[in-house]
Amino acid sequence: MKKVKGFWLFLILSIVLYVTVQLLINAGILNQFYSNTLIFIGINIILAVSLHLVIGITGQFSIGHAGFLAVGAYISAIFTMKLQLPFPIAILVGGIIAALAGLIVGIPSLRLKGDYLAIATLGFAEIIRIVFLNIDYVGGAAGMQVSHLTNWTYTFICLFITIVVIMNFTNSRHGRACISVRENEIAADAMGINTVYYKVIAFALGSFFAGIAGGLYAHNFYIIQPTNFGFLKSFDILIYVVLGGLGSLSGAVISAILLTLVSTFLQDYPETRMIIYSLVLVIVMLYRPQGLMGTREITDIFGKWKSVKSVKGGS
Amino acid sequence: MFFRKKITSVLMASALVAGVLAGCGGEKAGTEGSKDSGGGGDTIKIGANLELSGAVASYGQGIAEGIDLAVEEINNSGGVDGKKIEIIKVDNKSDAAEATNAAIKLTNQDKVTAIIGAATSGNSVAQAQIANDNKTILLSPSGTSPNVTVGTNGKVNEFVFRTSFIDPFQGTVAANFAAGDLNIKNAAIYADNASDYAKGLAASFKETFEAAGGKVVSEESYVAKDTDFRSTLTRIKSANPEFIFIPGYYEEVGLIIKQAREMGITVPFMGADGWDSPILVDLAGAEALNNTFLTNHYSAQDPDETIQKFVTSFSKKYSGKSPDAFNALGYDSVYFLVDAMKRAGDTSDATKIKDALAETKDLSLVTGVVTVDEFHNPIKSATVLEHKDGKQVFKSKVNP
Amino acid sequence: MEWIQQLINGISLGSIYALIALGYTMVYGIIKLINFAHGEVFMIGAFVGFYAIAGWGLGFFPALLLAMAVCAIFGVLIERIAYRRLRNATRIAALITAIGLSLLIQYVVIYFRGAQPEAYPDALSNKTFDLFGVQISSQSILILSVSIVLMILLQFIVHRTKIGKAMRAVSHDMDAARLMGINVNTTISATFAIGSALAGAAGVFFGVYYTKIEPLMGIIPGLKAFVAAVLGGIGIIPGAMVGGLVLGVVETIVSALGYSLWRDAAAFIILILILLFRPSGIFGKNAREKV
Repeated sequence: MKKVKGFWLFLILSIVLYVTVQLLINAGILNQFYSNTLIFIGINIILAVSLHLVIGITGQFSIGHAGFLAVGAYISAIFTMKLQLPFPIAILVGGIIAALAGLIVGIPSLRLKGDYLAIATLGFAEIIRIVFLNIDYVGGAAGMQVSHLTNWTYTFICLFITIVVIMNFTNSRHGRACISVRENEIAADAMGINTVYYKVIAFALGSFFAGIAGGLYAHNFYIIQPTNFGFLKSFDILIYVVLGGLGSLSGAVISAILLTLVSTFLQDYPETRMIIYSLVLVIVMLYRPQGLMGTREITDIFGKWKSVKSVKGGS
Repeated sequence: MFFRKKITSVLMASALVAGVLAGCGGEKAGTEGSKDSGGGGDTIKIGANLELSGAVASYGQGIAEGIDLAVEEINNSGGVDGKKIEIIKVDNKSDAAEATNAAIKLTNQDKVTAIIGAATSGNSVAQAQIANDNKTILLSPSGTSPNVTVGTNGKVNEFVFRTSFIDPFQGTVAANFAAGDLNIKNAAIYADNASDYAKGLAASFKETFEAAGGKVVSEESYVAKDTDFRSTLTRIKSANPEFIFIPGYYEEVGLIIKQAREMGITVPFMGADGWDSPILVDLAGAEALNNTFLTNHYSAQDPDETIQKFVTSFSKKYSGKSPDAFNALGYDSVYFLVDAMKRAGDTSDATKIKDALAETKDLSLVTGVVTVDEFHNPIKSATVLEHKDGKQVFKSKVNP
Repeated sequence: MEWIQQLINGISLGSIYALIALGYTMVYGIIKLINFAHGEVFMIGAFVGFYAIAGWGLGFFPALLLAMAVCAIFGVLIERIAYRRLRNATRIAALITAIGLSLLIQYVVIYFRGAQPEAYPDALSNKTFDLFGVQISSQSILILSVSIVLMILLQFIVHRTKIGKAMRAVSHDMDAARLMGINVNTTISATFAIGSALAGAAGVFFGVYYTKIEPLMGIIPGLKAFVAAVLGGIGIIPGAMVGGLVLGVVETIVSALGYSLWRDAAAFIILILILLFRPSGIFGKNAREKV
């Protein structure tokens, strides 16, 4: 009962958020700059949360997430620009193909562990990028021009679905299986959990949402080029997840919001932008290697307080 | 247990709301402040959306140096209509998405009249639509792809202009020079595949060269930032061309020529304005550069007053450095824009300035005498130069 | 004849990779951290060499030694300031720190001198020999011989000296080594000093051989050197050498077949195949002897 109630509350708050922002945009109070920043934040949250599933929940060290972003971006762009199909279908297909790419990459490489997996995923992402670089159908190095179709509504719907699905997945039997893989793969195996299956599922699901983000990304920035999806992009996504705290969904969300804003703000200081950014990164990692939130969720702090109260209330 | 989940989901949503709204609030406060400081009517705000970090930072920084010099000169001589120019520089990290974001910020927040940028065609295309939608001029200093000024629908982007040539022209000049002046029959093309500039040049060179009866015996490509070209050069060498066309930027071209000469390839090489940099001579070595040609906007040896003034004041400002093509294009972009502002008689109405830009005729800039055509591309003559003992020697001038 | 020439091309490219990989494999071997900043140490080495030769007029060998010394200190500082604190943190935190450091070093250098490339002075004369139609440059022979000499030297240090023994012990089991009275911190610092000095030397050789240096030059060679180190077997010194050469030759063959645009992809495909089918690398045997 209460679980359902919580979901409704989440839904209502989300709708309030959506409607408020949409009204503000319609009223012209939020100009293009703010709405674009919101969309960019939304895309980054989807990316952060999708990688959070792979690294934070399942503990698989993937540093090639931009590859799946690229797949989603290119496939959805082909669907709208070359095949003239509607945008929602293009986003969905982009996600599905990215998930397939995730399967193709995941099945062989998830046999690896730790740094070796990391470097293999990095390699795969670079290969995906080089493949697009060599396909003239999508413009090669010059890139592909894409119409601007992404708006706040599409972004919000995708963001909402991503968070709900990943939250529910985490709290389901599958999610707990994934967490057991993260905590101790051998023990999980011994308990009869098909670790390979869960690793691949998490990887494919993460890739699917990265592909969705790719669809939004491609249709928000007018042009996509292979250089947009290099390993620095993968590192950016990785940084959201690690800075937020490995294993914390709200941490990933918060750090994606914060870092996007920091990066936007620093645009005004081009000379020192990257220096400040990397310095912040190093300092946070040195003094708080578990990330801003650790493995906790933002609710845990309140949760403690609530549970004390509820004990008193005798529920 | 149930409590946890419920609260988790509720607070997730509120975190989202809070985060997003806090973000907006912060942004607003920040930008209002900057608006006040720059909002006085006595400055002309021009944005510079450039690749100041990331993979092609050297191109963007070159343009920025040129812009800074031009702005300094104009402001020191009293500005435009008594107003000083204020350049708002924004870094796009050599990334198209960041270029879009930066353009939106410049148009919506800083309310600039015009944006100069970006160095590459892709990052220029990424902001063309924004410029049109917000009625802000976009002047791309070195975006050479036709797609910058002409949209996907085939219509000219009203507010978008460029300072550089478009790709096909230089390729045509090079091909005619090879087939005519040098009397070449077999040529090889070795192009930078990572830039649409080089690919465009390669395509137009091939077309013109074959039309003139020549034969392209080998077509190879490299990717910007490569350093070892020996294996592909070995391939080209065994195809026995009499001439090699290398559209690309000096950073790689210098190495290609050096390595090719070491391997005993003695045939002439030719390239385009991307070659123009004093560093090319340092990279390749003066001896290796003999018997190589390039098409360019201008020659630093040209006694023309504008050019000489630019070359001297540039090396004065930047401690003895000689300007390259990016420096010159950045410098020219400012003067190009200022000229249009003067003729429009208005420094803030982008619609008037855009009309003035489109009507530019015989404007004498460092990189040539510019007339803007119907597709917003400057028509300017190209100069063919030859390297002799590390110096560029004027060969011929080709009018379009 | 073209193919012999291509083989020569591949070996000269590979010996540069090998030179960087030698240092990389030592550093990775001891703390198991993908040290992304290794490429930046390489870049710093190239610039120190450049300023020493072009600015202060030093000869090639003094400049080389200076670059190696500066890089050794720099590498030790990186380890001291950044990595030491994270020795017991998660691997991913250390990796992010390495990425952050590498960006920091790149952009601090750009801040001070801009992103424009610099042309290396001709500090070392270069002659091209023509052997039966095959061109070999004296510089590439020099680089190959330097890497072989360094490889033998390193092999000697690691297997025949006391500090080498300590390195092997720390790499094998840090805690046990500490219990045996080995000063772990000093040993790791020594490893970083040697590895970074090698990166600095590689930077100077790279500068002389390829002429062009720029602040972002370390990224790709750093990644390729890591591939080479994995290819040969992490921590195995002759492995890094062979891995570098194999990588160079394979890349050259791919280009020689006319697929130059797929060259980097080929490097990564090899990496993935090696990781999947022989994760311990070409030279890795079950006897896990690591530095």
